[in-house]
Amino acid sequence: MTSLEEKIDEAKRLSLQITKETDDDRLMTLSVGPQHPGSGHFRFTIKLDGDYIVFVDPDPGYVHRGHEKMCEYRNHFQNIPHLERPVIHDSCNITYAYSLAVEDLVGITVPRRGQFIRALASELSRLSYTLYWLAIYGIFLGHSTMFMWPAGDRELLIDLLERLSGARVTNAFNIPGGVRNDIPYNFKEKCLAQVNYFEKRLKEYDNIFYNNPLVRQRTEGVGILTKEDAIKLGVTGSVLRASGVPFDVRKVEPYDVYNEIDFNVQYMKTCDSFARAYVPVLDMRESCHIIRQLLDKMPESGDVREKLQFNIKSSPGETYKRVESGRGALGYHVVSDGTPKPYRVKASVGSFRNLLALPFLLTGSKLGDMPAIYWSLNYWPVEADR
Amino acid sequence: MEKDKTQNNQTNLMEVKEEKSNLLSNSLINSITTNFGEQVKLVYKKENRSKIMVSPENLVETALYLRNNHGFDHAESASGTDYPADNQIEINYHLGSYSNTDYYPYIVVLSTRVDRSDPKSNSLINIFPSVEYHERETYEMLGVYFLGHPRNERFILPEDWADMPPLRKDFRIKGR
Repeated sequence: MTSLEEKIDEAKRLSLQITKETDDDRLMTLSVGPQHPGSGHFRFTIKLDGDYIVFVDPDPGYVHRGHEKMCEYRNHFQNIPHLERPVIHDSCNITYAYSLAVEDLVGITVPRRGQFIRALASELSRLSYTLYWLAIYGIFLGHSTMFMWPAGDRELLIDLLERLSGARVTNAFNIPGGVRNDIPYNFKEKCLAQVNYFEKRLKEYDNIFYNNPLVRQRTEGVGILTKEDAIKLGVTGSVLRASGVPFDVRKVEPYDVYNEIDFNVQYMKTCDSFARAYVPVLDMRESCHIIRQLLDKMPESGDVREKLQFNIKSSPGETYKRVESGRGALGYHVVSDGTPKPYRVKASVGSFRNLLALPFLLTGSKLGDMPAIYWSLNYWPVEADR
Repeated sequence: MEKDKTQNNQTNLMEVKEEKSNLLSNSLINSITTNFGEQVKLVYKKENRSKIMVSPENLVETALYLRNNHGFDHAESASGTDYPADNQIEINYHLGSYSNTDYYPYIVVLSTRVDRSDPKSNSLINIFPSVEYHERETYEMLGVYFLGHPRNERFILPEDWADMPPLRKDFRIKGR
């Protein structure tokens, strides 16, 4: 009979390349999701030895829509409204990467004012997504106030996006060639006021949630993902930065106007669930700085969009463009054969990459730590399924 | 006057960026070609991107070389593209680096082409553990069997999926 420690070590070793299921009468199999215990549209099977998780098998695909196949039947503009569906809260970022890829294939540059406006839209949408994620993280740690506050504050940013694009969440605002329309009258003042207010609110989150002793006890030292493991598993975004790698696509490979913006890459070295939950909040503060700079440096007038034909033909070839989304690097690999429709589109999304860390972190931890670890991975099931 | 100055600064910045990317590309490609010679073919070279094509036999060797000598330590994605006209399926690995700061912005696309009627390729899971789910997805979406991968199984598709791999070009969406 092997001891529990040995079993956990074995499971941990196996989880890197998940293999056969462990057969033992002592183990209890538990299915988490897709209806409640709080996993979103996602299910994973876990095997328990008493209170300890010894085996995890993720089973995504409950919201698979086949976006990559759908792209092959539509032209570049028709692709925008359905490509943003996986993460409607972060729609401006997910269409940003696709727009950059198409612009690279067609060979155009976006007018300077358009570049500023789409960077602004994607920062607002990043804030909106992160707040939604934070609300869910709060409620699954049993902290209802942390659900109410971000969900309420998110309305401010949704209001701004609505003024900008006309829609609350599915904006379809960033398109190949620039943005759909110019910013409305009086937008700058309103945006500045809302963002300044929002930044003050962020300090209150610290007081009620992150400095709460209960939250600290449940997250600190839980689910350690060391720097070496994070690199090996190829995770991205806040999960990677919480493990001490200062990698942010906006900084390392600046696209559009991000090389003119002054901001820091926020990262922590504690590698635990608390760090993974706190890095997005640090990111939100940086986003507020970025928004103020964008509003300040934006040219007063000019085109916002390079007008393209609806059925624009791109030159044959392929490209890979990425942006930093709310969940990490988001890349589009677009292959074109010279027709108006792309030949192949592959989205490399942060959620799908971070999923690999889930079995690795859960194996060997207690069942009670499962929500604190699972939601700290910044995982959005719909995006991972595509 | 001041505006001119900022514009000059910007163009200088751009030039510096391009130069750096060019240097990276050249050093990478030179080192690969000196080591592998004719076995490796350069498909394109762009800013911070380059794509190299290898034969299926050399795939593991090249990946190992990229990891050990240049610090490419993870795969951002692994995907496949179907080319029915050539009767081939192309497999692309987008490799990036977190440990070598010089290669932070750089993505190298390692690609290979396998026979479409019996697609089999060596798995890179022992070199890059991060490709595990990507290869599994490629298996179910394009039907490429990865030798050495522990689970060539269904992942995202429905449990009762009984049709052909859906990202093959001869799989048509109904009504389109």
